[in-house]
Amino acid sequence: MNATSSGPEIRAAKYSPAGIAAGLIRRFSAAAKRYRIEWWILVAGAVVIAAIVSMTLFPHLFTHFRPEDMNAGPQMKPPSAAHLMGTDNLGRDVWSRIVYGARTILGVAIAASLASALIGIPLGLVSGFSGGLGDKALSLVMDSIYSFPGLILAIAFAAMLGPGVINITVAVAVVYVPTYFRLVRGQTLSIKQELYVEAAHAIGARRPTVLAKYIFPNVIATVVVVFSLNIADAIMTEAALSYIGLGLPAGMPDWGMDLSMGKKFLPSGVWWMITYPGLMIMLLALGFTMLGEGLSEILNPRLQEY
Amino acid sequence: MPDSANEPILDIRDLSIIYPISIGTVHAVQDVTLSLYKGEVLGIVGESGCGKSTLGLSILKLMKPPGRISSGSILYKGTDILGMDDRALLDMRGRNIAMIFQNPLTSLDPLMSVERHFIEAIQVHEPHTGVAECIERAKKILSDLGIEGNRLKEYPYQLSGGMRQRIMIGLALILHPDILLADEPTTALDVIVEAGFTELLIRLHELYSLTVVLISHNLGLVAQMADRIAVMYGGRLVELATVNQIFEKPLHPYTQGLMNCVPNILLEQKELNAMPGSPPDLVGEPKSCPFAPRCPKAMDICRSRVPPLKDYGGRQTACWLYEGGV
Amino acid sequence: MRRILNYFLMRVLLTIPMLFVLLTLVFVVLRVMPGDPVSAMLGGHAPEYVIQQKKAELGLNKPIFEQYIDYLGQLAHGDLGNSMIFVERVSHPISQRLPATIELTLFGLLVTLGIGIPLGVRASRKRRTAQDFGIRFYANIVYCIPVFWMGLILQMVFGVFLPLFPIAGRVGARIISSDFDRTGFYVLDTLMKGNFTALGDVLMHLVLPAFTLGITLSGVFVRLTRANMLDVLKSDYVLASRARGVPERKVVYKHALKNALIPIVTMMGLQFSALLAGAILTETTFSWPGMGRLLLERIYLRDYPTVQGVIIVYALFVSLVSLIVDIVYAIIDPRVQL
Repeated sequence: MNATSSGPEIRAAKYSPAGIAAGLIRRFSAAAKRYRIEWWILVAGAVVIAAIVSMTLFPHLFTHFRPEDMNAGPQMKPPSAAHLMGTDNLGRDVWSRIVYGARTILGVAIAASLASALIGIPLGLVSGFSGGLGDKALSLVMDSIYSFPGLILAIAFAAMLGPGVINITVAVAVVYVPTYFRLVRGQTLSIKQELYVEAAHAIGARRPTVLAKYIFPNVIATVVVVFSLNIADAIMTEAALSYIGLGLPAGMPDWGMDLSMGKKFLPSGVWWMITYPGLMIMLLALGFTMLGEGLSEILNPRLQEY
Repeated sequence: MPDSANEPILDIRDLSIIYPISIGTVHAVQDVTLSLYKGEVLGIVGESGCGKSTLGLSILKLMKPPGRISSGSILYKGTDILGMDDRALLDMRGRNIAMIFQNPLTSLDPLMSVERHFIEAIQVHEPHTGVAECIERAKKILSDLGIEGNRLKEYPYQLSGGMRQRIMIGLALILHPDILLADEPTTALDVIVEAGFTELLIRLHELYSLTVVLISHNLGLVAQMADRIAVMYGGRLVELATVNQIFEKPLHPYTQGLMNCVPNILLEQKELNAMPGSPPDLVGEPKSCPFAPRCPKAMDICRSRVPPLKDYGGRQTACWLYEGGV
Repeated sequence: MRRILNYFLMRVLLTIPMLFVLLTLVFVVLRVMPGDPVSAMLGGHAPEYVIQQKKAELGLNKPIFEQYIDYLGQLAHGDLGNSMIFVERVSHPISQRLPATIELTLFGLLVTLGIGIPLGVRASRKRRTAQDFGIRFYANIVYCIPVFWMGLILQMVFGVFLPLFPIAGRVGARIISSDFDRTGFYVLDTLMKGNFTALGDVLMHLVLPAFTLGITLSGVFVRLTRANMLDVLKSDYVLASRARGVPERKVVYKHALKNALIPIVTMMGLQFSALLAGAILTETTFSWPGMGRLLLERIYLRDYPTVQGVIIVYALFVSLVSLIVDIVYAIIDPRVQL
């Protein structure tokens, strides 16, 4: 349950944008002083994400090589001063492929998560709030999808839709709709029981108003945390799909695909083609995970553990 | 009735317990000196947070970390419990000194039947006892407690709160310990069950020649059973006397306030008496009497120095009012 | 006994809707989605009438609803159809590959539990110490390591640089699997035949893939176990046990861990799905002849009936596991009303 749930008049006052901002700022500075560890985790996550995002926005700051340039250097050279991460079998600079590859993976992951959220959250809100047969049927469908291995679902969609950035985004997005649906529906159901919602009905608030003013603000804190963690998951799913070879056209630099290419040369001792792309996938996913965990502690603090 | 001419069976001397946490050090129990005599029922009363439960737990060294005993000693039949090694401590728990707790609904392992609880309780101390014998002994003690033997096979979720509390006692007494510590045993029970439970405790006290320490915030409950009562406030022992002495002439202002709070059913009372203020914050070294902020009789010295526990002809109290005598 | 049977039947009845939803979903994704499998299979330039002829052959030109009924009917008879590329029943390669996947997944589960639970218990007992933070750090990091990367790293370290373990396949080149292959579960088969050299070889081949799967998923169990243990260690019955003189080790393992594991059992269904997903990636990395690789091979070959069959089997498997988990849970927790 959200620790900030409180009576109707307090909820309405906090709902103004200035109020929310002030509340968040207060929370963050209090957290910085008290929850030192969780605060630093959040900061670390944010730093990692910022670094990688800047790679996507300003790649020329990080490397002067082009990722598709096969004359960047001699083929299959281990890391050196000229090529920080070595070169691949086609003579391309590995570091430049990392830098430019950030776009694809980050873009797909964020877009997919957004899409899932935009579908799953309203469905969850309405379904949980309305109840009835429709809710039960929808829950059954969502639960079934949720319990099924997500990757297989993504593979099926990617296989049927064919290659392409949009198709891959759709494939990944489908996997996570149930996550948001279940989360939001669960929260809606429990908040629905709260006394202040009953009070709101009693004073004549219409259902959309109750949804928007009372249920949504309480749900949103958890949703933000799950969103961040979900992006981390989506990153892993996208990387898996391109590792398998489903989804992205061969031209675009992509960490997952580079991993599957580098795999062939591993037995001959070429370690740098697989180490760095995998490391980056891990770092990016870790960044979002830490961001999510840190946020979770600050927005919904657990009881102090001595 | 206690035989005070004897050596005490449990001797607590200058016991202090602290909890070092992030915001400071909580002095949960401060310089408590208390003796328990064989065969008596000693009640320890006080409000939530006064340290009575912590004190009780410390006798078996069961405090939750980071709580630890910072000074003092607890002597059981002459041996300091705090100096015991793990083996001796584990041996003493359950066999010599037993403890029952407040919440019966959660005090039994949900995955074990009643029978298994008893078998474990016995075999921990007497490993060579066969299962059949354990069950026999369990049945016998359960019959003393008014529970039929066929309930042994059941699981905790199938039993009511009152029954579970009686099973707790059964588990505590199965090895016939000398001392029973009862930490708020009836707080979670409704009034009727509580009354039955109290009767049961009194009967067991006689039947098994138990020495009982009854910890509770309910003065009335304690008065039904106790020979002597120790009153705690703010981690300190503020009064120690026989039941009659406490009820006829309470010395410490806090005890007086407690007595005042119990409404007299025979008098026409328009309002309930309460003590204004709230319990003290136990963080940091104490520098004054803990009750001073709420005491109607507080003097200057009360706010600047901690009153020591003094003996006045067998009864004790820690209050600057009696500097010159009672 | 009868009550367990009733409970079992009830759970089966409840599993059927979920299975139904999944099977329908498979149908929707593989038939209704854009993308024409037939023209893709024949190459983009086949004349229209050939395409139509092939479609009629495969029953793909009927109205969608009729196709759906046919599909359900076939499944009810256990008929997964024929491959579109090879002359074989879809069930044939599946029956060959399924044991490989199950064996890998089971060993992966063993590793995950073997790492995750003890670490979780340790972290809960040494709360807020360096060990605790270290273990939690491990759990968080490990969750973010892509399974296939973990496989590659393990291959690199233990297969290439320190050649300790094989990095591909289920058996070495000198072991002839048909010698002992009966159930498809090589560990079982070699044991039954008494062929211990083969058993050793099979186990060696299992090591790296199982650890790849097991390590990456262990993080979840570390956190779960730790959280549940912390909860349980605070409980009154643990305190009461201690008060009776039960030694700490027994308190932790006999009372606390048993209670802490119960919520974990309920999560096993989901974790098993995660294992299956990870197994696909592990199979690709280690050239493991399992269902995952079959799926990908046939997707590449555009053999849609087989792809459909594989996914259906996955769905059946997931439903079965969830049923088993429910029943196990009912058996071990006396509070569950049978």
